[in-house]
Amino acid sequence: MDPLFEFCLRMGDNTLVLGHRVSQWCGHAPVVEEDIALANTALDLIGQTQLWLGLAGEVEGKGRDADALAFRRDAWDFRSVLLVEQPNGDFGNTLLRQYLFDEWQALMLAALKRSTDTRVAAIAAKAAKEVAYHVERSRGTVVGLGDGTAESHAKMQAALDRLYPFVGELFATDATDEAVAEAGIAPLPSDLRAAYDAALAATMAEATLTIPDSRWTHAGGRDGSRHSEHLGHLLTEMQWLQRAYPDATW
Amino acid sequence: MYAQMVKSTGLGVKSRDEMSPEEARFQDRIDAGDKIEPKDWMPEGYRATLIRQIAQHAHSEVVGQLPEGNWITRAPTLERKAILLAKVQDEAGHGLYLYCAAETLGVSRDELTEALLSGEMKYSSIFNYPTLSWADIGAVGWLVDGAAIMNQVPLQRTSYGPYSRAMIRICKEESFHQRQGFDIMMKMANGTEAQRRMAQDAVNRFWYPSLMMFGPSDKDSVHSAQSMAWKIKINTNDELRQKFVDQTVPQAHYLGLTIPDEALAFNEDTGHWDYSEPDWSEFYAVLKGNGPCNDERMAARKTAWDDGQWVRDGLLAHAEKRAHRTAAE
Repeated sequence: MDPLFEFCLRMGDNTLVLGHRVSQWCGHAPVVEEDIALANTALDLIGQTQLWLGLAGEVEGKGRDADALAFRRDAWDFRSVLLVEQPNGDFGNTLLRQYLFDEWQALMLAALKRSTDTRVAAIAAKAAKEVAYHVERSRGTVVGLGDGTAESHAKMQAALDRLYPFVGELFATDATDEAVAEAGIAPLPSDLRAAYDAALAATMAEATLTIPDSRWTHAGGRDGSRHSEHLGHLLTEMQWLQRAYPDATW
Repeated sequence: MYAQMVKSTGLGVKSRDEMSPEEARFQDRIDAGDKIEPKDWMPEGYRATLIRQIAQHAHSEVVGQLPEGNWITRAPTLERKAILLAKVQDEAGHGLYLYCAAETLGVSRDELTEALLSGEMKYSSIFNYPTLSWADIGAVGWLVDGAAIMNQVPLQRTSYGPYSRAMIRICKEESFHQRQGFDIMMKMANGTEAQRRMAQDAVNRFWYPSLMMFGPSDKDSVHSAQSMAWKIKINTNDELRQKFVDQTVPQAHYLGLTIPDEALAFNEDTGHWDYSEPDWSEFYAVLKGNGPCNDERMAARKTAWDDGQWVRDGLLAHAEKRAHRTAAE
């Protein structure tokens, strides 16, 4: 498989799956401002998905567009990390998952702005502006709830303990990553880890939350070898109309 | 607008002789087309009626996220999903402007939310109907937002300044919503057999509930006169309903869809479409809480509010800690 195609799927499937998860909050947030912010975040992520999967289809050259890739692939062909597949849980869990992803995505996009592939660099430049706001918001909420009441602190610590074991997969590095790094298209994910750890440490200190000691990580999403059980259900819902009415246009 | 059956004073419109000097001056300002601003003197009945009306509209925007949110995760393309997300985000934003407008009248957003959740305050009957197919998202945009716009456009000229200004912003976005709804209906109506079936089924289910959005017939609308004298309400329910029918019937014909009303006919004498009244007993049943989705909508809002308590408490506690730390520095 073309490493650039695979790379675009990894970027686009992450934003698609996370955008879907965040959109599930619609109408159910703790305050109206959060309803707006969650819908806005989901909208940004779906917009980024259109760009990444659009480029993936172009690179593949088999006539599949972003919608074909989003709605007509089965779970094993998805390249989303397990972190974004995790269910929303409570509001704190959702925002902590968002923060863990946003901090990684911001670093990744900053590096991609210098990509030798101008299409990749253009998508990154656009997305980076949106993600700068996502990080600011998710970080602020994690800090506020971590350093809030005893109850909110306990819920955020439980969310961090639950989700931290999915962080390592964001930085896994395989032959695809080496190939796109070699071509100057993207950084090696492993090279982003030090900056990520520093940002996370600062945020969690401010949030009075303790980062788990173990760096052990779940993996299997970004290479499609073993997704979570959640992904199949998510795709069942998301792809239903396209699957049930394959000859329709919408 | 999504305000129906908003109670006014219940006392009828006062004649000039019955008005106090303050009330007479106030009415003069209204009649001259002045905007009333938050710090200006106003009759208590004006204030209370406005709070009920603006809050009912705000609650409708917030509850209205639910039937549309029902299809975000199943939207058939990425573009449709993005458009629907943008629309629902706008609606939550409308809720926010309107709560802010209500707050200028001396009531807090939390009080209004509690009043919604206790059932003391209402939201539009239309959001108690389910969205069952993708065509319903088109029908909600085309018919429901179309009906809302009929009410909202004149309310840009309403007498209360903050409400009027909120309505001006809202109208700009609502017309985009209606267009996206019509665009979905065009695709469906010109699509496959199954899509046409979905489109017709959506019109069948949403036509009469949309007509109900304007509220009961003028002869049964007991609170309208005072609200119209105060320019809180600009047109009567029947005027707006007729305008909506006149606008919508040709659009349905263009789509090749049938309005589920055998009595529908163009009246050459009046220049308007004659149509059948909705079943008002259904309308009153829905307002009482017996619509298809009343329980689910209220349960969803109550859960969101209750489950969000720790979040609101946590963020508030953090803000206080920060303020305290800043003060100590």
